[in-house]
Amino acid sequence: MMISQFFVLSQRGDNIVFRDYRAEVPKGSTETFFRKVKFWKEDGNAEAPPIFNVDGVNYFHVKVVGLYFVATTRVNVSPSLVLELLQRIARVIKDYLGVLNEDSFRKNFVLVYELLDEVIDFGYVQTTSTEVLKSYVFNEPILIAPARLQPIDPAAIFTQGAKRMPGTAVTKSVVANDPSGRRREEIFVDIIEKISVTFSSSGYILTSEIDGTIQMKSYLSGNPEIRIALNEDLNIGRGGRSVYDYRSSSGSGVILDDCNFHESVRLDSFDSDRTLSLVPPDGEFPVMNYRMTQEFKPPFHVNTLIEEAGRLKAEVIIKIRAEFPSDIIANTITVQMPLPNYTSRASFELEHGATGQKTDFKETNKLLEWNLKKIVGGAEHTLRAKLTFSQEFHGNITKEAGPVSMTFTIPMHNVSKLQVKYLQIAKKSSTYNPYRWVRYVTQANSYVARI
Amino acid sequence: MAPPAASARYPSPSQPSGKSEVTDLKSQLRQLAGSRAPGVDDSKRDLFKKVISYMTIGIDVSSVFGEMVMCSATSDIVLKKMCYLYVGNYAKGNPDLSLLTINFLQRDCKDEDPMIRGLALRSLCSLRVPNLVEYLLGPLGSGLKDNNSYVRTIAVTGVLKLYHISASTCIDAEFPATLKSLMLHDSDAQVVANCLAALQEIWSLEASHSEEACREKESLLSKPLIYYFLNRIKEFNEWAQCLILELAVKYVPSDSNDIFDIMNLLEDRLQHANGAVVLATVKVFLQLTLSMTDVHQQVYERIKSPLLTLVSSGSPEQSYAILSHLHLLVVRAPFIFASDYKHFYCQYNEPSYVKKLKLEMLTAIANESNTYEIVTELCEYAANVDIEIARESIRAVGKIALQQYDVNAIVDRLLQFLEMEKDYVTAETLVLVKDLLRKHPQWSHDCISVVGGISSKNIQEPKAKAALIWMLGEYAQDMSDAPYILENLIENWEEEHSAEVRLHLLTAAMKCFFKRAPETQKALGIALAAGIADFHQDVHDRALFYYRVLQHDVHVAERVVSPPQQAVSAFADTQSSEIKDRIFDEFNSLSVIYQKPSYMFTDKEHRGPFEFSDEIGNIPITPETSSDIVPAQQYEANDKDLLLSTDEKDDNKGLSSNNGSAYTAPYENSNISSQMQELAISGPATSATTTQSSFDFDDLLGLGLTAAPAPTPSPPLLKLNPRASLDPRAFQQKWRQLPISLTQEFSVNPQGIAALTVPQSLIKHMQSHSIHCIASGGQAPNFKFFFFAQKEAEPSDYLTECIINSSSAKAQIKVKADEQSTSQAFATVFETALSKFGMP
Repeated sequence: MMISQFFVLSQRGDNIVFRDYRAEVPKGSTETFFRKVKFWKEDGNAEAPPIFNVDGVNYFHVKVVGLYFVATTRVNVSPSLVLELLQRIARVIKDYLGVLNEDSFRKNFVLVYELLDEVIDFGYVQTTSTEVLKSYVFNEPILIAPARLQPIDPAAIFTQGAKRMPGTAVTKSVVANDPSGRRREEIFVDIIEKISVTFSSSGYILTSEIDGTIQMKSYLSGNPEIRIALNEDLNIGRGGRSVYDYRSSSGSGVILDDCNFHESVRLDSFDSDRTLSLVPPDGEFPVMNYRMTQEFKPPFHVNTLIEEAGRLKAEVIIKIRAEFPSDIIANTITVQMPLPNYTSRASFELEHGATGQKTDFKETNKLLEWNLKKIVGGAEHTLRAKLTFSQEFHGNITKEAGPVSMTFTIPMHNVSKLQVKYLQIAKKSSTYNPYRWVRYVTQANSYVARI
Repeated sequence: MAPPAASARYPSPSQPSGKSEVTDLKSQLRQLAGSRAPGVDDSKRDLFKKVISYMTIGIDVSSVFGEMVMCSATSDIVLKKMCYLYVGNYAKGNPDLSLLTINFLQRDCKDEDPMIRGLALRSLCSLRVPNLVEYLLGPLGSGLKDNNSYVRTIAVTGVLKLYHISASTCIDAEFPATLKSLMLHDSDAQVVANCLAALQEIWSLEASHSEEACREKESLLSKPLIYYFLNRIKEFNEWAQCLILELAVKYVPSDSNDIFDIMNLLEDRLQHANGAVVLATVKVFLQLTLSMTDVHQQVYERIKSPLLTLVSSGSPEQSYAILSHLHLLVVRAPFIFASDYKHFYCQYNEPSYVKKLKLEMLTAIANESNTYEIVTELCEYAANVDIEIARESIRAVGKIALQQYDVNAIVDRLLQFLEMEKDYVTAETLVLVKDLLRKHPQWSHDCISVVGGISSKNIQEPKAKAALIWMLGEYAQDMSDAPYILENLIENWEEEHSAEVRLHLLTAAMKCFFKRAPETQKALGIALAAGIADFHQDVHDRALFYYRVLQHDVHVAERVVSPPQQAVSAFADTQSSEIKDRIFDEFNSLSVIYQKPSYMFTDKEHRGPFEFSDEIGNIPITPETSSDIVPAQQYEANDKDLLLSTDEKDDNKGLSSNNGSAYTAPYENSNISSQMQELAISGPATSATTTQSSFDFDDLLGLGLTAAPAPTPSPPLLKLNPRASLDPRAFQQKWRQLPISLTQEFSVNPQGIAALTVPQSLIKHMQSHSIHCIASGGQAPNFKFFFFAQKEAEPSDYLTECIINSSSAKAQIKVKADEQSTSQAFATVFETALSKFGMP
């Protein structure tokens, strides 16, 4: 289970950090890796898989904020272990630097080396716990201004739309002190749900799934114990029924197909009262991951119509309706639809008085794109696109276009109805009352309507 | 190394103009070295950072080594760390200068701050300079006894580093024994985990030449030790848990209670958020229950949900790793996943490597109950913007059609693809329709009417063109214009670049000719002429052959080229089941990702310690030799190097002297035997060494060319060398190279089963029949043995895998032989020998 080297490359292929633990892999592995990834297929279509072998050296990589985190080894190791490790290294570095990007990386590379020395020794993982690492690492992070933060970070979703969220909170380093010299006592619990829905051409749901995470980031001093209470009517496992056997969700509570937990979580009273207890280590980590295929109400309804208008013209009408309460606002919505490849032109018509909407026809890959800054619950929006074809179409035009896919973020809304009922922090004194943030968000993972 | 960062925005690793920068650094460092001015540490930090950033981007800064060491006299721990990092990187290339660092590192190893002791020790051991190892012994010895656990964890890994620099120094200092005791008694979990990792590596490498190391390595798998680890597994961090689980996979449980105990201990590991922990646990469960069919199946049901959760909770890269393992399980036991097919639907935005896996899984689990839904879904992908995925989807539909009985609906869908009029869709579909017709000729009518409507001009891909041409030839009687389409294609012979297509054209023209001679004769003539003039050897040969056979007799030609159609019942699987089993045994490793057993992509010394990558698989192996049975020894079942690996080993045991024949090198066997074959057939042997050999050979074939001095009466026909020898490496190699020449199953008599309670006795028994055991393993009811035998006085080997199930009293053997023709004779000898087992 040992790795030979670890390195981080920028998008251009520059070494940002490079650590050789076992001196088994010949020089030039960074170039070999980069060339292979860049030119995986001659046509550049297919992405390089996360694991490949060149001349007996196995290369593992994950992409985080546009950087390649790479490990090499000659040994037949567990692939999950190495990929998990790479992801974890990225998380530890983020815990330290507050913001993870090329800039912060380059400013702090000595600190990163220091971390890497403690995370891995002679290729064997020692620890990836920010908590444990704190006592071995001495460099102070050089923080970069959060203003330069790009919304690439999943945590950045909270900085938009929801005013009561302190925008900088999630970009704080776990070790650095505030300029004031005082640390704010606070803890964040985020319920992040990624939903996948496929609608058939007639509009009914073919498949749907929620992949949720309860993520925690603690800035509490002294590591107090925490209790998280979930819905009392929460059930896990769908018994002997087939997983896709939908039934009415009325009154049956929240049913998770399955879930797993962070190693710090104790489940002593989980069966009786659905509470999780843990002493949160420093840094960001998932308390619980869950998966759910129980029927839920999809947040958006999509309706697409294609009408032929003469031999070289057609009109596409896309209608989206927000199926959530009007006090909820979805943001950064993108709707995409591939058009027939003989489409030469597309002209768009937005509804009257539309604001914050953008349309685009991407000529190279014949893609229609519609961006909306926000959608208020209950609202409906329509896009009309007039297409001009360079040749006469034959057969069925719907087979040449679509499907319509959507991405969006809906803060303060979760479709599973899983809730954190309360968050209890073991009190150190009567005056101890740290800030607790419980935040919900729903994001599209794969949201597709066939036409 | 990579070119320096092109951007000037980053001040630290900015572009150095070259050597002058390094020289500059050198003088600056020199200035600071002796300075005690306030703030000097800050200036040093900046300079050190610059040095390290150059190092990172690949600029050689080894020339400042001396200055760096001079500057290292500091109490600033951040500076020290940077200096250690630098030294570790360049020491190997500067052994002389490294000596300079020894002093301060040794001093730091005695610092009162445990952090500094640890760091210094780690750097000291990372110098990788062979002639400095003597300086390591003292600090390592005290590091292992340090009262601070941080120092001890580093010291333990330090021992492993020392072993890699100088194995003998490490062994002579008896560090492994110290590690063993630390592993059993230390209170710190990370120290224990590092001991386990280090000992596994050291003993695996030592095992090839030290029996003691073999025993030690095997002792790691003893019941008390395994339970010692498993009972306190939660004290270890997740990475160390993986290490322990990897160890537990190799443990051979004593009985079914043992199995259930372990599974209960590990049950909650399946709920871990770390995929590596879950997969390692899954592997333990799968391997433990291999011989318990029902429980094994329950394990599949149990692990399904956690794995699916991991697939959807991690990054795309992590899901890929998990999905690859699910893929393996799905292909092994499709029926268990049949109702979960929707989980394997492709998502719109998934990378294509994930989609490919999912398509294969959907293909595997399609059965009567879900085929309709799966095929409907796959048809959606055929319109995918990603052309490669669209192709794969169509292929998947085709594969499903080929594995189903009721293909009615699928044929309709395939034919609809043709109507989409996309080149690549049509191309893929044609290939499929061709395969489908080969298997289900009854569909020809429906297909041909549609295929006939396709204009051959629109088809450019050779495979598709070949498929169309094949259909034109095969179904010429049903397609009215087949001869004319062929004629058209033949007229453009010169423009046809693919030899495959030209070959098909020749054959199709012939077939068409037999069915519709008047219309095709002219075209056939042109085709044959063009073919004979073709520069491609195969095309030329085929054309010439057709021409001659037609000249000889047209009816014969028809029988040869266009025999009555026969439906193909099964298409050859691309991977043998043996390879698949091997990949399954290597669950939770790269083998699963690459879909190849490890010997195909790793060289042997990197296959990892403690890895089982052999066909012997999950069963630990007890190697046996004819002269010396060491029952307690268990060896890792690696590919080439398993068992008693090296030649010295043989020498030690005097094995080679056992072999009376002159042919000691087993890999020369095939040469020699073929040489002998010639001799035997051409007449009396001339060489003294081969005379004797040829007796048996002739005898066996019943040639009787030479008068055998003592002809063996049949049966047994085959006489085996009682003192045969074969080193395990050669066994391994042969086992891989040779095909299975014979598989047989027979019953074992009850006495034999009774005697099998001591598996060693079977080994001795078979040995008395000149069949030698090379490895054995397993526990009731499944025993597995690998035997070899050699023909008397002739180095022709028989390799046998024998699986005995004591509850069903059946033995199954697989024989691989140098001379396949005699494997039946050998099997008879084997069965006779086995039947006498347990008899008084």
